[in-house]
Amino acid sequence: MNTMPQPDQRDASLEDARLDIMLRQVWDTPRGLWGALATVDHKVIARRYIITAFVFLAFGGVLALLMRWQLARPEGQLLGPDVYNQAFTVHGTSMMFLFAVPVMEAMAVYLVPLMVGTRNIAFPRLNAFSYWMYLVGGILLWGAFIVDLGPDIGWFAYVPLAGPQYGIGKRVDIWAQMITFTEISALAVAVEIVVTVLKQRAPGMSLDRIPLFVWAMLVTSFIVILAMPAVMVASTSLILDRLVGTHFFNPAEGGDVLLWQHLFWFFGHPEVYIIFLPAVGMISAMLPAFVRRPVFGYIPMVLALVGTGILSFGLWVHHMFTTGLPRLGESFFTASSMAIAVPSGIQIFCWLATIWYGRPVYRVPFLFILAFFFTFIIGGMTGVMVASVPLDTQLHDSYFVVAHFHYVLVGGAVFPLLGAVYYWFPKFTGRMMSERIGRWVAGLLFVAFNFTFFPMHLLGLLGMPRRVYTYQTEMAWGGLNLFVSVSAVMLAAGFLLFFLDAIRSARHGEPAGDNPWGAATLEWATSSPPPSYNFARIPLVQSADPLWDAGDELPVTSGLRVDRRELLVTTVGGALPEARESSPRCSLWPLWSAIATTALLMGSIVTPWAVVWGSVPVAIALIGWFWPGGSKEDES
Amino acid sequence: MRRRILLVSAALTACSGCSGWQSALDPQGPAAASLDRLLLGFVLVLGGIWLCVMLVLAAGLWRRAAATPGTARRRSAWAVGGACAATVLVVSGLTLASYLASRAAPLGQDEPLVIRVRGLQWWWEVVYPGADGQDLVTANEIHIPVGRPVRIELSAADVIHSFWVPNLAGKQDMIPGRDNVLTFTAWEAGTYRGQCAEFCGMQHARMAFLIVAESQESFDRWRAAQEAEAAAPAGEEEARGRQVFEQKPCGACHTIRGTEARGTTGPDLTHIASRQYLAAGVLPMTRGALAAWTADPQTIKPGNNMPLVPLTAAELQAVSAWLASLR
Amino acid sequence: MDKRWAALSTLLLALSLLGGCRVENRETRLDPPLAEALDHIALMPNGIGGTPPEIYTIMGKPYRTSSFHLSQGKRLYEWFGCQACHGDGQGGNAPSLIDGWWNYGPDLTSIYASIRDGRPGGMPAFRNRLTNEQIWQLAGYVQVMGAYSPPSAAPGRSDRPQTRPAENRAPAASAPLR
Repeated sequence: MNTMPQPDQRDASLEDARLDIMLRQVWDTPRGLWGALATVDHKVIARRYIITAFVFLAFGGVLALLMRWQLARPEGQLLGPDVYNQAFTVHGTSMMFLFAVPVMEAMAVYLVPLMVGTRNIAFPRLNAFSYWMYLVGGILLWGAFIVDLGPDIGWFAYVPLAGPQYGIGKRVDIWAQMITFTEISALAVAVEIVVTVLKQRAPGMSLDRIPLFVWAMLVTSFIVILAMPAVMVASTSLILDRLVGTHFFNPAEGGDVLLWQHLFWFFGHPEVYIIFLPAVGMISAMLPAFVRRPVFGYIPMVLALVGTGILSFGLWVHHMFTTGLPRLGESFFTASSMAIAVPSGIQIFCWLATIWYGRPVYRVPFLFILAFFFTFIIGGMTGVMVASVPLDTQLHDSYFVVAHFHYVLVGGAVFPLLGAVYYWFPKFTGRMMSERIGRWVAGLLFVAFNFTFFPMHLLGLLGMPRRVYTYQTEMAWGGLNLFVSVSAVMLAAGFLLFFLDAIRSARHGEPAGDNPWGAATLEWATSSPPPSYNFARIPLVQSADPLWDAGDELPVTSGLRVDRRELLVTTVGGALPEARESSPRCSLWPLWSAIATTALLMGSIVTPWAVVWGSVPVAIALIGWFWPGGSKEDES
Repeated sequence: MRRRILLVSAALTACSGCSGWQSALDPQGPAAASLDRLLLGFVLVLGGIWLCVMLVLAAGLWRRAAATPGTARRRSAWAVGGACAATVLVVSGLTLASYLASRAAPLGQDEPLVIRVRGLQWWWEVVYPGADGQDLVTANEIHIPVGRPVRIELSAADVIHSFWVPNLAGKQDMIPGRDNVLTFTAWEAGTYRGQCAEFCGMQHARMAFLIVAESQESFDRWRAAQEAEAAAPAGEEEARGRQVFEQKPCGACHTIRGTEARGTTGPDLTHIASRQYLAAGVLPMTRGALAAWTADPQTIKPGNNMPLVPLTAAELQAVSAWLASLR
Repeated sequence: MDKRWAALSTLLLALSLLGGCRVENRETRLDPPLAEALDHIALMPNGIGGTPPEIYTIMGKPYRTSSFHLSQGKRLYEWFGCQACHGDGQGGNAPSLIDGWWNYGPDLTSIYASIRDGRPGGMPAFRNRLTNEQIWQLAGYVQVMGAYSPPSAAPGRSDRPQTRPAENRAPAASAPLR
């Protein structure tokens, strides 16, 4: 950094205490309501994101319990068909769009800037905007459900059931616009993460030194950017069909019913990997701390992530094996669906090799990793089964599939996520979660999860279709369903315990210290919780495990200005310093833009003219947002 | 996975009592049997793999000896590489197996019996095309001869449905604007239950049908009986029932051949009492069930398209007597 | 932190209070006494114009405002052969339903009476072919068909070849499709 010019207000000449004060002045979010609404601090926004997502998880869980109550006995009387259909739609939609994707992206919003050693995420105002959009989308869905306007067409909203003729009322429009809200927010976050990872890494963090979690998030973000437009096209076409009478999905006028399925699953299958890859990254991030050695096979791991990302776009048809597509085409998708087992296998074998030569420390996050191994591999195996065309004709749309995707999504994503919450909780709050309660949580969830979902495989083989609000006494499903429902209560108890522990520990947990797990990545190089500016001096990375290899003193860089928000831009490949870039200050414009966009999208549920008139406030808000500021953006 | 095999076999034994009802684990035809074999193969192979991975994991957690970094690296690389190669082999093998299973579409030498099935919200219209354009229309119960291939031509009237009789074959969707076909054969006489497998709206859960496989002779007898018009009322009560049926809204939706009821919106009721179930698998066919259903269909199957038609007790008695006589 | 919890619980409370209003309730079963009462319209002596039964007002006039009932009406329009004479609403053997001219008055009660009792000139009576509620649903749909501005509660287009703009794209009469 010696090449940089040296005016007065650089950090190089300042001692640590003085530097801290000056950085705080520049980076801290102001207190009070204005600060809360205008903040662009990635940590504050990510915390909100995570908490909101877990609230939606809890809501979705309550719906799941209601459904299980209804199905516990044949001819259940708790929910009628109308409410039940809304319940499973809102449960699925909520878990996919309001919990799983946002919570994974939120973890990345919090951790990626810290892991790559920068002071804020790229496009912080876009980040603030994305949270507001997400929040509104969630409130829209749940508000609608509470006033009996909840969508009742399943989370994949097949036409014609969701189309203008059979999707009666505004329920489907609300679903489709909820998709728009959450997709806007997901796309925004994906763009931020890509740019943060590619351009804001600490000097020296070349591509082969990026932590695996960051790699996973990079791949995930690219999947989001490539896959989400498909569902936005689909949901927009659906709204157009419903609202202005277009014929995208009307066979009589040259549309196609299956077009919806193609568009939806072209997004829907990568969606699974959008949820799964971050979880894989979390495992790779946590595992080294608990076996005391780096993950075996960095390059194969990265290649497996990228390979999964690419292959994930080649499998969407395996959701449509029973629609009567040409056999040869279906066989191709069988092959590609099974091929994705290979990169997943590579990662699992690399982790096994890591554990084999490591000395495991059985802390709570590690227990969740073990639970992941047990359950996710079952989910992967059943995934190979549903990828086979002939087998899928028996398994498709039966409870077997319900079991399969819960094994993949809960076993493959939620278990690592909960482990990750235990692991990074000290980073988020400065306090540890309870180890003792954590063991109970892990054990309870593991046992209850398998009790709840394993019998569903069998129910599916015994002919129980998905999405039925009841079944008859003469079907042989009563006993297993009762067992499943009782286990579901146990599962809910596990989650409740987790929530209580998290809430308690946030205030009364044991103080953690900067690096409680002795981990190697950069987010542990700053205090817990990190200051608003993340790092007083940007670290200089010299290996893939900087905190393990650098000894006591992590080398740092200097030369950034301290009188304004500034961060370091580096090259894509070798992370060589390129420029100093100013980072935006707090602003209300993202909120105004979100409000204007909300008015437009909500209005468009009722009348297409809302798009025309609503674009005016959106334009005003965007002009205000992008009005050229006084300061020069970059300095090389 | 071993637990699964245990469970599967336990369920199989438990289920032998209710054999033939609605289960993929109790195949009654070549199509379902080949799927059942494929399923068993997949479960054994994949379960074995899962078990191996779990054993390696357990061993990895158990062992304490740490090798020197160099050898550890080399050995791990070999092990991981070998495991990946094995994965590729297994996956290719399974792909090939499923390709072969889907190619071996079991079609006998016999001319298949063609049946047209149309899915509606929430019942099944069944049509047996006749030689002279005289189609036999019935609903919710499909009779087939044993041992002869059956070719079901699937279509949908409103939304997507899916035709699934797990004991006989895998499912096939019924999609508006598309024609799908499902061919299968039943080995043994019996009654097999099927159910709609694609979510189709409010009463998706109550959209079942029966397949009755019987010998060619009894199938022919059944078909001849079904082709006949409805029998004349046997007694005074039945005659009154028929009158009520024709005068009240019933006839606007239902057809009973041989009477003035010619509606086509609802299922054909010409021989309703010969079917085993009422309202797409909701109630077993009895006179009481017919009365209950006619009196209040919206409580029994909320949201279905049959309205609550106000009838007096006497009218209800008469209508149910008439319907129960339509064998 | 406490403030935040307070705000959150207020929000939750407000949301749960919203549960009181059931916007798109789909009550598929009308109690027989109510259905019976729905038939008691008061018609002018000439059969044109009148008042709906009191129960209709008490129920919240659902047959004109609930998209569920309107869609049911649309299905009945197809199932009961209205198309045979009235076509897609533009008429044929029978008067158009969307040109703004109502031979027997534009109010719901008149339409109900027309369907129930029939009208001279070929309109048959549907008294014995539809239940009272179905006649109301059909009447509501017929009225919505000819609306001048896009009603917020109206069925969308059907999945079949289009001959005129959908009901939610009113006015259908002055905007021919082709």
